[in-house]
Order: sequence, then C-alpha cells, then structure tokens
Amino acid sequence: MAESVLTALTERFGDAILETGTYVGDEIAIVAREQLVAVLTFLRDDPDMAFAMLTDLTVVDYLEQTPRFEVVYQLYSLSKKHRVRLKVHVDEAPEQCWVPTATGLWHAANWAEREAWDLYGVRFEGHPDMRRILMYDEFVGHPLRKDYPQNARQPLLRRPDATPTDDQTTRLLEDSHDRRTSG
Amino acid sequence: MPDHPGYVPTKLQDAINWAQKYSLFTYPFATACCAMEFMATMAGKYDIARFGAEFPRFSPRQADLLLIVGTVTERQGPILRRIYDQMADPKWVIAFGVCASTGGFYQNYTVMPGADQVVPVDVYIPGCPPRPEQVLDGLMTLQRRIQDHRGHSQRELGNTAAFTPHDRRRLPIVPDGTSMTLDEDERMPKDGRVL
Repeated sequence: MAESVLTALTERFGDAILETGTYVGDEIAIVAREQLVAVLTFLRDDPDMAFAMLTDLTVVDYLEQTPRFEVVYQLYSLSKKHRVRLKVHVDEAPEQCWVPTATGLWHAANWAEREAWDLYGVRFEGHPDMRRILMYDEFVGHPLRKDYPQNARQPLLRRPDATPTDDQTTRLLEDSHDRRTSG
Repeated sequence: MPDHPGYVPTKLQDAINWAQKYSLFTYPFATACCAMEFMATMAGKYDIARFGAEFPRFSPRQADLLLIVGTVTERQGPILRRIYDQMADPKWVIAFGVCASTGGFYQNYTVMPGADQVVPVDVYIPGCPPRPEQVLDGLMTLQRRIQDHRGHSQRELGNTAAFTPHDRRRLPIVPDGTSMTLDEDERMPKDGRVL
C-alpha cells in the first residue's frame, strides 16, 4: 500500500495537497484548510481508502513560526490496515485560528476537538458543542500554548489563610484573545 | 479528688480523646497512584486495623479522618472542600504522599500546590508514594495529636479546659487551623533508637 494513499490524494485534489512525504514509514500529507472536509470525506468514504477510524486529533504549537499551529489528524483503516497522517496549517490571528470540524465524519472527533480547543485555542467551526473539556470554565487562556506562562496558576478555590505560593497568578490572561473570541 | 476545678473535665476529655484516636473512620479521597499504597496499608500484611482505623467509609458524613491520597488538581479543589465541609466535627485530615502535601513534582497549570490550599491538614506523609510503614507512622503521629487534643478541629472547638496542665508537648494554639510542625520528640530519632 505504500504511497498509494498519497498518490490518490494528489491525483484527486491536486493543489489542495500542499505537500506530501513519509517519515519512518508514515505517510504524511499537508492539506489546505479549504479542502480539508472534502479530503477527509474522500478518505473515509472511498472504498480504496476506507479510513473508518480517526485515531487521534491534536495540535502542535510552533511558536514564532508562521503559520503558528498545525492541526494533525491520524487516520486508520480497519479494513485496509493502512494509516495516513494529515496536517493543516492554522494561523495565530484570532479570526484565522480555526479549522472546520470533523465531527460530521467521525464521532471520535467531538471530544478530541474540544480538547484541542481547550488546550491550544484552535476553534473548530461547526462543532456542535465547542466547550472546554479538561479545564474548568473559569480558566482563562490555553495552557498548552508555548507562550502560556509556565508557573501561572488560576486557582478555583483557596482558603483565605492558605500559605501563599510564589507562583499563584490569578486571572493572568484577562485580555487574551480567548476572552474576545469564545463569546 | 484534688481541689482543682479543671480536673474532672480534663480527665474526661482525655478519655474521649483516647477513644477517638483508636476509632478513626477514614474517608479515602483517593485520586492517584498513592491509592495502591493505601490499599496495601489497609490489607492484611500491614493491617491498619491494628491501629483502630481499618474501616473506610465512603460517605464523608460517617467519617472523621479525611485521607487525601494522591494528586489534587485545581479543578478538584471545590470538590475536596465540599467533602471536608460535610464531615462532622471533630475531624482530622492527613495528606498522603508528596502530591497531596505540596503538589509533588507537578508544577504546572493544573495541579494544586498541596491540599492545604483548600483544607487544613494535620499530618503530612511524604513519599512518592509513601511506604505503608510511613503511612502507619503518620497515623500514629495523628493519634498522638488526637490524644494531646491538638487536631485542627479540636483546637477550633476551643475547649481549652481540656488541655492537660502537664502536657509538655502542647504547642501554642493556632486559631487559623493551619498545621504545625513536628515537635522534637515527635521526630524520628537520628541515632536509630526506637521510641
């Protein structure tokens, strides 16, 4: 099966596949965001692809690079026994920091996209329930972003007489773009 | 009977404290891997029942010893506090392991730097995880404190008449319910002798 998935993708989608490659046997394609849902739909529904399973969906933060974020999809075909990894570049600017949701294709995307939003602040347009999943609702910011301060804490509760810790930072990111965009 | 007005209540409180220290009903707030050591401590080999604390109650309203076993996250803070608040006085709290004591090696956005940020703690048991012997040592330390009427809620109840006049180990009363450090005679002796 080597290369066949990538070949099929480039033949069918052409310019929407920005880059392809392999790394230690894994096939990787970088996809334009505009064609992402079409590519994912093709990979799931085409009988030669048959990627019935979204293994994982996560985000990488390349701080100080442009574009800053990369959303990564790991797909696996239970019937064909092959895998592919898709990547989408996402810009840092709040109005650009989004990708279309994959919840319409795989239910597994639901919580994975909520986790990605919670920890990295990448929105998934069209997601039915775009809420935080790990952090509490009062939390401000996205803690796995590389520019989130390492020792910042946002305690939900403290005894009034608790021993203060030197790294207690409450409401640290009050003006982060998250507040403006999460509505 | 000696001519001392505090004599009878003092001795009565001594008896109550003695009864309480050997009848600890624990609520295990077990969140992480320390729970495995807690299970070992409960089970036959180490047998915490020898110290009168064998019966875990999974309702805080029926417990008087809150064992915080494992990592406490910031999100769990209000839950832990609510469980503590539901326990009837007098009550005691043990932080089991370094995560419950200080946050341990987690120093990040999500882990609370010690359960004493939200509830008062009587005894801290170090270790990652602590061995059952350490847990039993911590329990015995707590029992000495209960006998001495030095648990945080015992002090908060303000029954100062219950302090025995001859109690040389008594520390100044700390009204805020924070924990105190070990006394000299509560520490492990450095020369290896057994207390």
